[in-house]
Amino acid sequence: MSAPYAKLPAWVDYGLIPLINLTVAFAVAGLVVLAVGESPVRAAGLMIQGAFGYGEGIGFTLYYATNFIFTGLAVAVAFHCGLFNIGGEGQAYVAGLGVALPCLWLDQFAPWYLVFLAAIVGSALAGAAWALIPGWLQAKRGSHVVITTIMFNFIASSLMVYVLVDVLKPAGSMAPQTRAFAESGQLPRLDWMFSWAGVDMGGAPFNLSFLLALVMACVVWAVIWRTKLGYEIRTMGHSPSAARYAGIRESRIIIITMMMSGALAGMMALNPIMGDQHRMQLDFVGGAGFVGIAVALMGRSHPVGIVPAAILFGMLYQGGAEISFEMPQISRDMITIIQGLVILFAGALENMFRPAITTFFATMGTARAGKTLPAGE
Amino acid sequence: MEYFDTLIVILQSTVRVSVPLILAALAGLYSERAGIFDIGLEGKMLAAAFAGGAAASVYGSAIIGLGAAIFVSVCLALVHGFASITQRGNQIVSGVAINFIALGATVILGQAWFRQGGRTPQLGEGERFTTVELPFAAELADIPILGSIYSNLLSGHFLLTYFAFALVPFTWWVLYRTRFGLRLRAVGENPGAVDTAGISVIWLRYRAVICCGILCGFAGAYLSMAMTAGFVKGMTAGKGFIALAALIFAKWKPVNVMFACLLFGFLDAMSIRMQGNALPLIGEVPVQFMQALPYILTVILLAGFIGKAIPPRAGGVPYVKER
Repeated sequence: MSAPYAKLPAWVDYGLIPLINLTVAFAVAGLVVLAVGESPVRAAGLMIQGAFGYGEGIGFTLYYATNFIFTGLAVAVAFHCGLFNIGGEGQAYVAGLGVALPCLWLDQFAPWYLVFLAAIVGSALAGAAWALIPGWLQAKRGSHVVITTIMFNFIASSLMVYVLVDVLKPAGSMAPQTRAFAESGQLPRLDWMFSWAGVDMGGAPFNLSFLLALVMACVVWAVIWRTKLGYEIRTMGHSPSAARYAGIRESRIIIITMMMSGALAGMMALNPIMGDQHRMQLDFVGGAGFVGIAVALMGRSHPVGIVPAAILFGMLYQGGAEISFEMPQISRDMITIIQGLVILFAGALENMFRPAITTFFATMGTARAGKTLPAGE
Repeated sequence: MEYFDTLIVILQSTVRVSVPLILAALAGLYSERAGIFDIGLEGKMLAAAFAGGAAASVYGSAIIGLGAAIFVSVCLALVHGFASITQRGNQIVSGVAINFIALGATVILGQAWFRQGGRTPQLGEGERFTTVELPFAAELADIPILGSIYSNLLSGHFLLTYFAFALVPFTWWVLYRTRFGLRLRAVGENPGAVDTAGISVIWLRYRAVICCGILCGFAGAYLSMAMTAGFVKGMTAGKGFIALAALIFAKWKPVNVMFACLLFGFLDAMSIRMQGNALPLIGEVPVQFMQALPYILTVILLAGFIGKAIPPRAGGVPYVKER
């Protein structure tokens, strides 16, 4: 039984089945809302209103989506190689150093675009370095990347608490954070995009890193589907033994893929640090690394799917914050449930409805054939 | 004598913090030895802690709380089983999903039912587990060294603590001396052979997953009904992952699991104790380093630098019956 499921039309495979899985995930989330004693329909309405109803809401939605595009791409790149990088959270956290240090060093004299460039390189390098060790261990020592990346999340969290509390905290300050960056350590906001559309963005921190995220989505597409390296990565993901047989160097591909994944996760740190808070704070990642898993599964590891999935989760984050004003029972933790349900239904239970749909299409096919046959005679 | 008393205090808190680790790691042992990887220990423990705390305070009984904890944990374990055994889904993905669902649901439901910011009400007398004194603990306390060990270290724990430690030899016995244990180990190494012998791989794996759920239920109940009096948002705080690390560190063997958990518990107890105190020779070690040490040790072990941790061979691979 090499192919347990019959072949389905592409639109069913890439459109209908993911849609059904998502619908079920959101239906179950609706049941939770019902259990809490609120109306799921009203909650959904409030959420959409909060996320897209006014300029500032849209700004925040896209601001959160920026984080999730980066982390979603990070998880997706690793998926293509058959690796599961749960360490996006830790990679982004450590990459905060790659953003904050250039800002702290350069913000007094360099213009913002130079600082931004340095921070992009810094964050990518730091994230890649933090993913390099699990990648190397997987490739050379055979330790499972899932376990090591989980461990590295915890190690990153301890490390960053130490760095923020004992090293980077300015003398005399109580809060565990760096000093605020000067003007050139801050990314320009994208209000002009909003004014084109005639909408006022208000105080939303929607900034330049969103465009960088879109560029990275294109880069990921090009690398994975249009280069030799991407071909080798995908071959590894489909069949490691075939890749080995074809002369692809397994350990090299694993290490490179993990570093690419770590670099993408690391760039996420640009958005909150340079784009919003203009300083590095404790726990600035806030779970975005884990949301990336849901985003990648939902987007089927393709940039075209990941960007809308990230915007959907951005909507959940922003709308979720708005709902809690109206419905105090429903806090942002609701999103954690939805995230879990999406991972469950779009990931682990991906094939639950496939047999039924296959049968449905098979009977449809025979019925159509049965109908056309007498008409032809 | 002063050093000795400090040592006893540290060891006592080591035992206290090790218990949930031992229970959860043994839970993982049953599941992983049967070939079902379980990243979801953390989530099951958290959900069980919440269910235990909530049911105990509503019904005013610790036993009902424990029952609820086990029930909820087994339900989540069955979800994991359904996804990874019946649906042949990715076991890691399913475990991650369960962690998030538990993390979110405990807060949302806790806030809706009790309105205390995600906590459950403080458990009173009779609603939580109490410590038991071993016989003559008070009388023997004055004997130097041995008396102190007996009455301060061995006595005065919860029944669940003794249960957890008794479970270690019991699990060893089940795994290596019973038919169920033999089959459990076999199905994690070579499910095809088990199937050929006419034993249902699916049912065997489901039983392993249920065992895992039951033990995670105990672990959660210990957290919210013994160690503290009530559930607090996110109270597992990574203990499920430490347990997972301990399980790997112990190379999936029951007695080693106990020692690994005690080691990690000891590091935890030390890190609390050492805050601001300098160690001889080394100087002051940052608390964060002590907190990260279990994870660092596990990574080093996994890398094969201190022995080699080889997981069950069929772990993570769904079983497809040949037709």
